[in-house]
Amino acid sequence: MRKESAPSSQSTRRDFLRTTAVAGTALAANWSLIGNVHAAGGDTIKVGLIGCGGRGSGAADNVLHSAPNVKIHALGDVFKDRLDGCRQTLQKIAANDPKIKELGNSVDVPDDRCFLGFDAYQNVIGSGVDYVILATPPGFRPSHLEAAVAAGKNIFTEKPVATDGPGIRKVLAAYEEANKKNLHIVAGTQRRHQASYLESLKRIHDGAIGNIVGGRAYWNQGELWVHPRQTGWSDMEYELRNWYHFVWLCGDHIVEQHVHNLDVINWAIGHPPVRAVGMGGRQVRTGPEYGQIFDHFAVDYEYPNGVHVMSMCRQIPGCENDVSEAVVGSKGYFQTKRGMEIVGETKWRYRSDGQDVDPYVQEHTDLIESIRAGKPINELKTVAESTLTAIMGRMSAYTGKAVKWDQALNSQEDLFPPKLAWDVTLPEPKVPQVGKEKLI
Amino acid sequence: MSGRFHICSLTALVAVALFVVMSISNSRVCYDFLGNDTPFQPKIDKLEHKNYVETIPSTEVKFEMIAIPGGTFLMGSPAKEAGRADDEGPQHPVQIRPFWMEKTETTWDEYDLYLKEKGVESPEENEKRVKADADAVTGPTKPYADETFGHGREGPRPVLCITHHAVMEYCRWLSAKTGKTYRLPTEAEWEYACRAGTTTAYSFGDDPQKLDEYAWYSKNAEDDTHPVAQKKPNPWGLFDMHGNVAEWCLDVYQKDYYSTFPADKLSLWPVKLPTKARFSHVARGGAWTDDAPKLRSAARLGSNKDWIKRDPQRPQSIWWLTDAEFVGFRIIRPVEEQDNLKGLRSPVTRESPDYDNPKK
Repeated sequence: MRKESAPSSQSTRRDFLRTTAVAGTALAANWSLIGNVHAAGGDTIKVGLIGCGGRGSGAADNVLHSAPNVKIHALGDVFKDRLDGCRQTLQKIAANDPKIKELGNSVDVPDDRCFLGFDAYQNVIGSGVDYVILATPPGFRPSHLEAAVAAGKNIFTEKPVATDGPGIRKVLAAYEEANKKNLHIVAGTQRRHQASYLESLKRIHDGAIGNIVGGRAYWNQGELWVHPRQTGWSDMEYELRNWYHFVWLCGDHIVEQHVHNLDVINWAIGHPPVRAVGMGGRQVRTGPEYGQIFDHFAVDYEYPNGVHVMSMCRQIPGCENDVSEAVVGSKGYFQTKRGMEIVGETKWRYRSDGQDVDPYVQEHTDLIESIRAGKPINELKTVAESTLTAIMGRMSAYTGKAVKWDQALNSQEDLFPPKLAWDVTLPEPKVPQVGKEKLI
Repeated sequence: MSGRFHICSLTALVAVALFVVMSISNSRVCYDFLGNDTPFQPKIDKLEHKNYVETIPSTEVKFEMIAIPGGTFLMGSPAKEAGRADDEGPQHPVQIRPFWMEKTETTWDEYDLYLKEKGVESPEENEKRVKADADAVTGPTKPYADETFGHGREGPRPVLCITHHAVMEYCRWLSAKTGKTYRLPTEAEWEYACRAGTTTAYSFGDDPQKLDEYAWYSKNAEDDTHPVAQKKPNPWGLFDMHGNVAEWCLDVYQKDYYSTFPADKLSLWPVKLPTKARFSHVARGGAWTDDAPKLRSAARLGSNKDWIKRDPQRPQSIWWLTDAEFVGFRIIRPVEEQDNLKGLRSPVTRESPDYDNPKK
């Protein structure tokens, strides 16, 4: 599909340039919004949203702000209240937001393109969309990616992209398949689309801190939301509504949240880690509503050439907070705790000109530019690696054993339930017994 | 005896005078100060109330409240003031009623108590709370990050990067807790307290070179906030009115607001009441991120959607900002609350639009 549209985009672009010369400033203003690709002339991108929670709704709003000629075309979720809420929110935004109108974007989601159920993702993919947003809890991501790639769709996928080794292998297979099909895929590790990080990482890669000798990655914050079980909820409804606290859905907070920081480290070093030794536990998450996830992890990640990176993540209130990364090199270091700076032989601090684009919008702009320019971008491999980095740390913390990259990648531990249905009985979540668990 | 008679008659006289000359223009209360030919003379009333220390009940957390006399002042900056922006004029005379103002910016020591007591797991919890009791104080959802953005709490440091709505609910919580009326200052109250009787660009004069003695700003802050009250206070004993964090005021921000005031009439305790829109509200005093001109007593800042740019959820939070590490607040307590602020609460909900007028 993309192959067909690429040449026509180019001719459209030339037409557009001619039109602009005649039509004057209104179109020229539109043109400047997305830079060096054709603007108003492009085919409409029909977006299907899979996962209608707060983040899915946010991503749909982001794509509507990212480029001209974008339409939200279909929605899918397992919960009617989520789907209805998302539909209302998006319709309201589209009706009132001047930027969305200026870009000629819209929300067009009639009843017959709003899908409920565990197969909603299939229905969204099959509804005539050419761009899907995957924003369900992470446990579903591998199968959703697999299906979207099989159907030849361009994809914006939220992070993380899996919760276990088998999921990662599915994602890596989808990565290869997507490359063969020239599909365009961007992941929600939005730091890679944020001006301050891009500027900083460029300097690191240009040698501003010398050879990298170590680093730190932290996501230490207070407690997160929890939804205790309500009467009338089946096992499945309970675990889905309270998804953060079940490892098959969330991957634990090291995977769901800390993946952002680990991704920056992998990006800086240019390679994922080779081995992890981690520890962790549940200090305050003692009640059943917290499923089986931990509330703190500390992991020593070993990278090639003996480089070690200290990783910490914690979700406990009343403690020292820190959400940041640092990369230490032979000539200086880079830190992001407050603002972003390089200290050492090079002294540099990122200063915004006040025009920084929202990275959550920019990631869609980058994806749509790649689609319209016919230059495939595929971030599935890097996000799969960063996700597996986090999974490897979790595996080590849960078991108490050292975990090598290949052991994590080839792990046979499949966390996904054998059957997805509202009436299945899910096993009582088991809190890992550190030191006693086997590395599978 | 004669003194008492004197006060009584003066009160009566003022009451009669007010009744006679008060006029409603553009729904704002004004009165002629001395006739058109006489230039406006600011006047600070005799201070009749005292400073005090508030202890938040059943905690050890304390904060100091400074008594601010009522009076009149010229709000805004003169056209010739260096570094001035258009929204600071025209200057207009304003009358302020007496109040107390928090001596420092509100710190995490104080705000954390509210978070702990009223914080919720989900927005639905707030909805349930309000359904059960319409006057219930709602509370912030759990932040998905470090709410101090790396600036930390210790020192104690000022609260930052929270919404105008969050501060208004915090004030309702604190009021219920203490039995006193605490709220955000109006923009007029804030500038009056910041100036503390001065008419210069800063409360210490016009020379930005002296800022280092009084304020944390871009030149000396080393890209960070600082614990409150480390620099010299203003003439009325208020710390960090210039710099550290900019401070939320109660008012909606409107760029040309001052042009709606009469120049030859005294405007009485003006305020542009908050609406259901999330933006834009006034923040005053400049911040650790700002250069000197933004710290001037008259400098105005209006919040906007960019302040929550990196909240990836929809609806976006009504509690936490993501890109406003420069904004905090301090509270005031009116000696006697003005009628249009009695029982005021934030009209913002999760359904609120970003702006009142989306065409903006």
